[in-house]
Amino acid sequence: MNILFSMAFRNIGRNKRRSILSAVALSVGVMLLLLMVGFLNGEMNSTQDMTIRLQSGHLQVRAPSYNENKTSLKWEDLIEDPDKKAQQIASLAPVLAATPRLYLSGILAVQEQTAGVRIYGLDPSSPASEPYESGIVAGTNITPDDKNAILMGRPLAERLKLNVGDIIQLSVNTSNGDVADQNFEVRGIYTTNVIGFDKSTIIMPLAKAQAMGKAENHASLIFVLLKDRNDTDAVIASIQGSGYQVLGWSEMNEFMMVMEEMAGQYFIIFYIIVLSITASVITNTQLMAVFERTREIGVLTSMGMKARRILALFMLEAGYLAVAGTFIGIILGILVNLLFGIVGFTFGDFGLTDVLMPNTIYPQINFSNIVEISIYSLVITMLASIYPAFVAARMEPVEALHGSL
Amino acid sequence: MTVAKIIDVTRSFLTGKIETQALRGINLEIQQGEFTALVGPSGSGKTTLLQLIGCLDQPTSGSVIINGTDVSKLSRSQRADIRRGTIGYVFQFFALIPTLNAYENIEMPLLLTGVNASERHERVITLLESVGLSHREKNRPDQMSGGEQQRVAIARALATKPSMILADEPTANLDSKNGEAIMELMTRLNQETGVTFVFATHDQRVIKFSKRIVTLQDGLIVSDQP
Repeated sequence: MNILFSMAFRNIGRNKRRSILSAVALSVGVMLLLLMVGFLNGEMNSTQDMTIRLQSGHLQVRAPSYNENKTSLKWEDLIEDPDKKAQQIASLAPVLAATPRLYLSGILAVQEQTAGVRIYGLDPSSPASEPYESGIVAGTNITPDDKNAILMGRPLAERLKLNVGDIIQLSVNTSNGDVADQNFEVRGIYTTNVIGFDKSTIIMPLAKAQAMGKAENHASLIFVLLKDRNDTDAVIASIQGSGYQVLGWSEMNEFMMVMEEMAGQYFIIFYIIVLSITASVITNTQLMAVFERTREIGVLTSMGMKARRILALFMLEAGYLAVAGTFIGIILGILVNLLFGIVGFTFGDFGLTDVLMPNTIYPQINFSNIVEISIYSLVITMLASIYPAFVAARMEPVEALHGSL
Repeated sequence: MTVAKIIDVTRSFLTGKIETQALRGINLEIQQGEFTALVGPSGSGKTTLLQLIGCLDQPTSGSVIINGTDVSKLSRSQRADIRRGTIGYVFQFFALIPTLNAYENIEMPLLLTGVNASERHERVITLLESVGLSHREKNRPDQMSGGEQQRVAIARALATKPSMILADEPTANLDSKNGEAIMELMTRLNQETGVTFVFATHDQRVIKFSKRIVTLQDGLIVSDQP
């Protein structure tokens, strides 16, 4: 009945300040939720992206006995003649880059300071090494043939007060159990914007790492990047059965995947808690309206208006507040996401080792987030308004007319 | 024709643990077209009786028969159906919906009874004319005087062409000039439309216009004078 819509709309305007405050409370709740969802999306996407680009790739080919938690240089834990295998993989259409990497563990010493480091021996000219090259903030990149140059992460360089051109000494464990020492020049200082990675990772050419670690023609793994991560399973299937183990990015990053799934579930609970709090403001507003308009409800019932229509009238009023509050909240939420999408949230080092979380997180929201939060907001607010509407609908006409409730 | 018949009606209220008997055995018949005043001091039960006749309340015992239907045992919803279209109300507080203008207030009961748009419009315009408020069609209650608001309330009560209009102290909040005008209006409408008017009042102006005066005291009818 149109008159109910009209009456409900006009009733909203009877106490403008109260209606506006109620809608604003809901708007703020929706805005904050949208910002938090944007932050979570940004964190998940960028962490996934960084972990894949820097640590796991989309897939890796490893020796069956390879243990990523130990930097083993035993022959059986390594891949022999990795270039040939990498070239075969690189020839597959979905593959962007396939490149061998050798990981060494060592100690960096400069003057009287030392630091435990992980050394990435890799091909600096491979597209897979792009994050280090593009992240160089001082000096230049190393070349595949360099024998005494390394790239160093900015936080490590800052801690050790090193600059481009300075000389450091690296001691690494070799495949025969010895320790090899050599001086290196800091050719470049890079940042991937993941402090946890940058503060402990030294980059050197693969050939030099193989020579220093006495790994000869071996690599820890073949690091593979794809043009589209959705092709991961198909590529794994096509290179499986070569005597090596082939692992996809989701398998290698189980902790990250579990963490993201849990975060998603926690957020649903968070939605409900935040929106229930804001919806309680609307419940309160509507209850006040019901008690203020007791006589009016009595007049409407005396005219023969049935309980369900009175219920509908108050539900419609709550509905207008819910729609207005949600709409404004969505607009504000989009705006703050856009703002922080430029400025970002800078947190620094999270101290996580399995997950490479960027120092600065830029929120991202999508249409489905907006639809999801809108639905939660409207449903929870409408549920919260049932009680006051029910109070109005259940009023006895005589008591209502006397305003004696 | 009898529009309302009250048979041995009692009505008591519980206030905490104390039971108050508002009506203690009432018998009354109201005929079509009557212009009746229920009078008596405060607490005599006149408003309670009016509410029972108007299906707003139910008796503790006895029967209330409206247009041949015993309404005393009906559900809330069924009583709402009876009220809609059969009974019009005019209250002491002018009781217009503050967010609706005069036209919309009069239209409201017609919307509730499902009258079609063109007939609604015709009836509302006619009623506005008959209460002399055509020029106030677009005004909301807060833009009208008390007398004007009460005239809109009377028009609204008449909208569904009810068989009976019940008015609870309709002049109590009006000055003598407006009170007189309202009574003259209701007398004219009673004569023109034949609709039954029942008032609960202790206002002498109302009593003066009434053709039948039923006096209550302590929940009993003590006199019934034509």
